[in-house]
Amino acid sequence: MNAMVSLTSREEVDVHHFSWPVSFGIPALAIFIQVYLTTKIHFLQIFDMPLLVTIFFAVARRRPIPGMITGALIGTGQDVFTHLPIGLYGISNTLIGYLASSLGVKLDVDNPGSRFLMTFAFFLLHHLSFMGIALLLVGTNQPWEWLHTLVRALANGFLSVVLFAGLDRFKQRM
Amino acid sequence: MDNFFSRYKNPLVLVAVLSVQVIALATQVKRAANPKEPNAAETPLIRVWVVNAITPVERVLVSTGHFFRNTWHNYIDLHDVRKQNQALQDEITRLKIEQTRLKEDAEQAHRLQGLLQFKQHYVGDVLPAQVIGSSGSQHSRLIYIDKGEQSGLRPDMAVITPDGIVGKVKDVTRYSATVLLINDRESGAGVVLEKSRRQGVLRGAANGELNLRDIMSDEKIDLGEQVITSGGDRIYPKGVPVGTVSGINPDREDGYSLAIKIKPAVDLDRLEEVLVVKTAEQAPPSTGPAPQRAADILAERLPSIPKVDPNAPKAPTGNAAAAGQNAGPIAAGPKKPEAAAGEPKKPAAPGAADQNKPVADQKKSALPGAPPATHAASATPGGAASGQTNPTANLKKPAASASDTSLAGVSAKKPSAEQKQGTGVAAEQKKASAEQQKKAPTPGPSPNKSAGADNPATSNASAANPKPVPKAPKATVVQTTTGNPEQKPKPAVQTTRPAQPNRPPVTTPGPSQTPQPQAPPPAESSTERPPQ
Repeated sequence: MNAMVSLTSREEVDVHHFSWPVSFGIPALAIFIQVYLTTKIHFLQIFDMPLLVTIFFAVARRRPIPGMITGALIGTGQDVFTHLPIGLYGISNTLIGYLASSLGVKLDVDNPGSRFLMTFAFFLLHHLSFMGIALLLVGTNQPWEWLHTLVRALANGFLSVVLFAGLDRFKQRM
Repeated sequence: MDNFFSRYKNPLVLVAVLSVQVIALATQVKRAANPKEPNAAETPLIRVWVVNAITPVERVLVSTGHFFRNTWHNYIDLHDVRKQNQALQDEITRLKIEQTRLKEDAEQAHRLQGLLQFKQHYVGDVLPAQVIGSSGSQHSRLIYIDKGEQSGLRPDMAVITPDGIVGKVKDVTRYSATVLLINDRESGAGVVLEKSRRQGVLRGAANGELNLRDIMSDEKIDLGEQVITSGGDRIYPKGVPVGTVSGINPDREDGYSLAIKIKPAVDLDRLEEVLVVKTAEQAPPSTGPAPQRAADILAERLPSIPKVDPNAPKAPTGNAAAAGQNAGPIAAGPKKPEAAAGEPKKPAAPGAADQNKPVADQKKSALPGAPPATHAASATPGGAASGQTNPTANLKKPAASASDTSLAGVSAKKPSAEQKQGTGVAAEQKKASAEQQKKAPTPGPSPNKSAGADNPATSNASAANPKPVPKAPKATVVQTTTGNPEQKPKPAVQTTRPAQPNRPPVTTPGPSQTPQPQAPPPAESSTERPPQ
């Protein structure tokens, strides 16, 4: 009976919980990789590890508020290491966390194909929101390299399939 | 409300989180307050936003407050406006009156400044005066000035402005004086056309116009030519502007001269400040030797025998040269009749006198004691102006000088008894000279010879006579009587005057000498001789 109820209610079935070390360690590791390893391994600059972690946690938790807070914290942490005003990545990641958690309630995001497409779309949306905020609020004119952005979106999409499969092991059933 | 928050909890939280981040971002970002001025000082974006959000509200509040305040003050609280309006109207009226007064003062100051400048540049002694009234009649063109006898004014003083002549002082009281304007029909002035240098008599007309007479009809006068005073009337200083020629018509009275209409340089109807010429500036008097007769000057110019009589007393040789040099000053210098009478001098021939003697001097000698006449220059036969052109025309009206005199403030006078007496004395002198000539058997050089013997003018007068020397005394007498008909003869001086010893007499031509041709006599010498 419980199984029937849980199957009929996706929110109850698929909502996961993460331990505190995982909730803070994975994002910190993602930021560290993005900040430190890109200086050693230049091709890693094509990936946006904090964004991928944000999408993963938001989709896995399937609750908008924890998802947007996760995105806000990760984005703010990412802003700290940049020379840009704090809040650019925070606002973008907050939006992505909110949308990803909201999307995860209605769609099956455990499928690799959907993960690829979701990450691809969120990467473009993240880039778009980042450029919009940078242009409208900060007043900086960032280059719009769409081809490079598309390539990065594809790369992050492929990476998300691999990365999310590895992070699924840290999920805990509510 | 709970349903609202519970229903839209997630979006509200999203908005809150985004707002916090945006605010945090805005506190960091600095942007110019005015995007059109990128170089302006940058302001934190949060401040820009706050200001942009607050100022419209404040503007609305202030506008609303102004609306109510203006409504109250402009439409409700108006109980003192009428009184204030009346007070302001009174103030405006007072200020207008003050402005008019100040404007009048400024204009007066401007005029007085012009007068002062003119006075400073004017050499003579002038006295500024204010016009305080007029005759108020078109038939009597008079003005009253606020200076009188106490200020040193005397009748016949010229009244001028920096623009030109105004008139002359007619009557003087203690504190005021009347000025006869130049356009009055009783006024007159000796003037000269600036370009053609033709002299004439300026007269006023009954209608207030100025007419220039005694200019021959064959003269070429241009419209607009400047007319200035000639100075010969001894009233108006020489060279003061009178006006411009505005019309030229033939004179209806005689048909030989022109009636030239003159537009006065001064607006005689709008006089306010004038200058009274107390001492007219004339040419400086001659400081050299005494003025020499024109006949002597002419005698020096004519060839003569260089033989000198050893018995003749030596005379100062520089006299002739000095006389030649001073010919100009003699003509221009003022000469009192008394001074002329006191000198041992004989009136020269009319033609010569016209060249060397001022017209006014002739007038003075003609009517001693009378005020200086105005038109003697042109009215006198053989005058410098008219004598050069058509002497006969001037002879046509021998009484013109008398009538002209009245224009200068002197009543017309007929030849006085004194003049007639002078004519009789001249006849007696003539007779005496003839007897003296008979007593002298030889017409050789004699130190007692009359001055007229070596006078070329005398020779001129007797040019028709082939015997010049014996006729010399007669010519002397003729000179005495053939001057200006108005001249007062001075027989005592002329007949007893010895011949000047410095001049060799021209009497009998020697063997090596040929009779010198006599200069043709001036027309005036024979034609102007009044009937004896």
